[in-house]
Amino acid sequence: MSDMTDYKAESPAREAWRMFRRNVPALAGVLILGIIVLLTLYGQFFYAGDAFDVVWAPHEPPGATAEYPLGTDYLGRDIIAGLLTGGGPTLAVGAVAAAITMVIGITLGALAGFYGGWVDNLLMRITEFFQVLPALLFAMVLVTLFSPSLWTIAIAIGVVSWPQTARLTRAEFFKIKELEYVTAARAIGARNKRIIWTVILPNAMPPLIVSATLTIGVAILFEAGLSFLGLGDPNVMSWGLMIGANREYILDAWWPVTFPGLAIFFTVFAVSLIGDGLNDAFNPKLRER
Amino acid sequence: MSTSFILRRLGYGLLLMLGVVVLNFLLIRLAPGDPAVVIAGEMGGATEEMLESIREEYGLNKPVLVQLWIYVSGVAQGNLGESFFFNQPVSKLIAQRIGPTILLVISAQLLSILIGVFLGVIAARKPNGLMSGFVTVFATIGYAVPVFWTGIMLIILFASALPIFPVEGMQSVKLRDAPFFTQAVDVAHHLVLPAFTLAIIYLAQYARLSRASMLEVLGSDYIRTARAKGASERSVLFRHALRNAALPILTVAGLQFGNLISGALLVETVFNWPGMGRLAFESILRRDYPTIMGVLFFASAMVVVANLLTDISYRWADPRLRGRS
Repeated sequence: MSDMTDYKAESPAREAWRMFRRNVPALAGVLILGIIVLLTLYGQFFYAGDAFDVVWAPHEPPGATAEYPLGTDYLGRDIIAGLLTGGGPTLAVGAVAAAITMVIGITLGALAGFYGGWVDNLLMRITEFFQVLPALLFAMVLVTLFSPSLWTIAIAIGVVSWPQTARLTRAEFFKIKELEYVTAARAIGARNKRIIWTVILPNAMPPLIVSATLTIGVAILFEAGLSFLGLGDPNVMSWGLMIGANREYILDAWWPVTFPGLAIFFTVFAVSLIGDGLNDAFNPKLRER
Repeated sequence: MSTSFILRRLGYGLLLMLGVVVLNFLLIRLAPGDPAVVIAGEMGGATEEMLESIREEYGLNKPVLVQLWIYVSGVAQGNLGESFFFNQPVSKLIAQRIGPTILLVISAQLLSILIGVFLGVIAARKPNGLMSGFVTVFATIGYAVPVFWTGIMLIILFASALPIFPVEGMQSVKLRDAPFFTQAVDVAHHLVLPAFTLAIIYLAQYARLSRASMLEVLGSDYIRTARAKGASERSVLFRHALRNAALPILTVAGLQFGNLISGALLVETVFNWPGMGRLAFESILRRDYPTIMGVLFFASAMVVVANLLTDISYRWADPRLRGRS
């Protein structure tokens, strides 16, 4: 009798975790992202130096001085200090923007998918409207009008990127609201509010978690793009700002733009490996694709 | 295809554009500060007379709804306002810049679809083969690289190490008066790096998408039938399978258009490509809001047109949709 327990159904979350754990690229993503987050959080403590301080001659190439292994930028600022302090704002804006995107997208998508009819119609027209606006351009306009700060940047990115999440949530709600357990919840007298947030939403989470992960990547690229265009917060060092500031001098010095670009690349790369891993873990059947 | 379908989509597109105009109007009003100062541009150091004439033209002393009406009817007549930096009508500025942007965006779109779909089809032949692995890795990398950074890396590479492509601008100054054909070749030569930079991200996505879509189609009965009747592998892949796998690709191509324009903005800035994106960037730095709003309007219009074309080609590609509304 004792081995009966071995056949107990595994909870979906546990099963997903088991799948994820065996996914080498996804684990590599977790490792890369972990290292980057640790470096941006704690790097400044064991590598002293203000990213805005001019510490050496301008355009010192990497490896030329032992003190500044990755060289200096056009003003003579230390590249490593920039990378370590610039990561925080980039990651923070990415995470906050992704959170805003998810909150707007899930709320509107859930309402549209659950109520259908005119609510759906109205909300989907609004969604389509926002999809017509080229996101980066719209975000640029918002940031310029409301003056660049980390918050306005995060909010602007959130405001321009929610439509996809809304569509995804809506599709999930359409599918799930017809299922038996929703009817059952209704039968025991659950109100709409409760059905939406505690019955359907948790079951719609797997694709939304994947989407949230990928949204962080997109938001980081967005922040980088805005800072590169000179629309970042000028008082806060970020990877995009480093690229934008040194752009004029790329033919004299390749390193001040190359390293922050690599940092952005590895971060987004890690995030999307994790996103793909989660996707595979939640949909084992799709793994062969 | 029914005319009523096209007319309805067209009407809907116009409605969306009206929405963009209203949004433009609201943005200027919601911005902190006096709208007249916003319109004149904070960098301009506008005189009191100038502000007064702006207030007069936009009816800023009148009720908000009247202001909205003045603005919307102005845009409907092709009046997007005046750029106080260039001292030119915005519509004229954009007319000069929209061509290069369309050229860049369409080239990038074609490049990414053609190469991406080709790679995806090849990869789908052997789902666990080397090519499949390459497409998956390449797609993840392509997705994660900031497009402006790719452009900069290409500039560094092609400016000195391998100077075979121009890294800046759209035309050589010395060829301005050359015959048309020479100029066209010159522009195409300048187009290579910007178009390729912009195409890389989407190329990877199309490769991945068409691989998945092909894998799904290749499992179906009609593919087995095609093989059974002795169709060559190439014919099976490109004639039988790809035609059916193309629908999701088409959908994404339509949806991607807005992102492509966002990407073009960065690419134009990196390569000094004289398009709308570059204009938007310059105008933002100068706080030249009428121009920025004009670019937002036209860029959205391009997305609306692209969506319309996607809808129409979708019906063309999928006969099942034709009789329906």
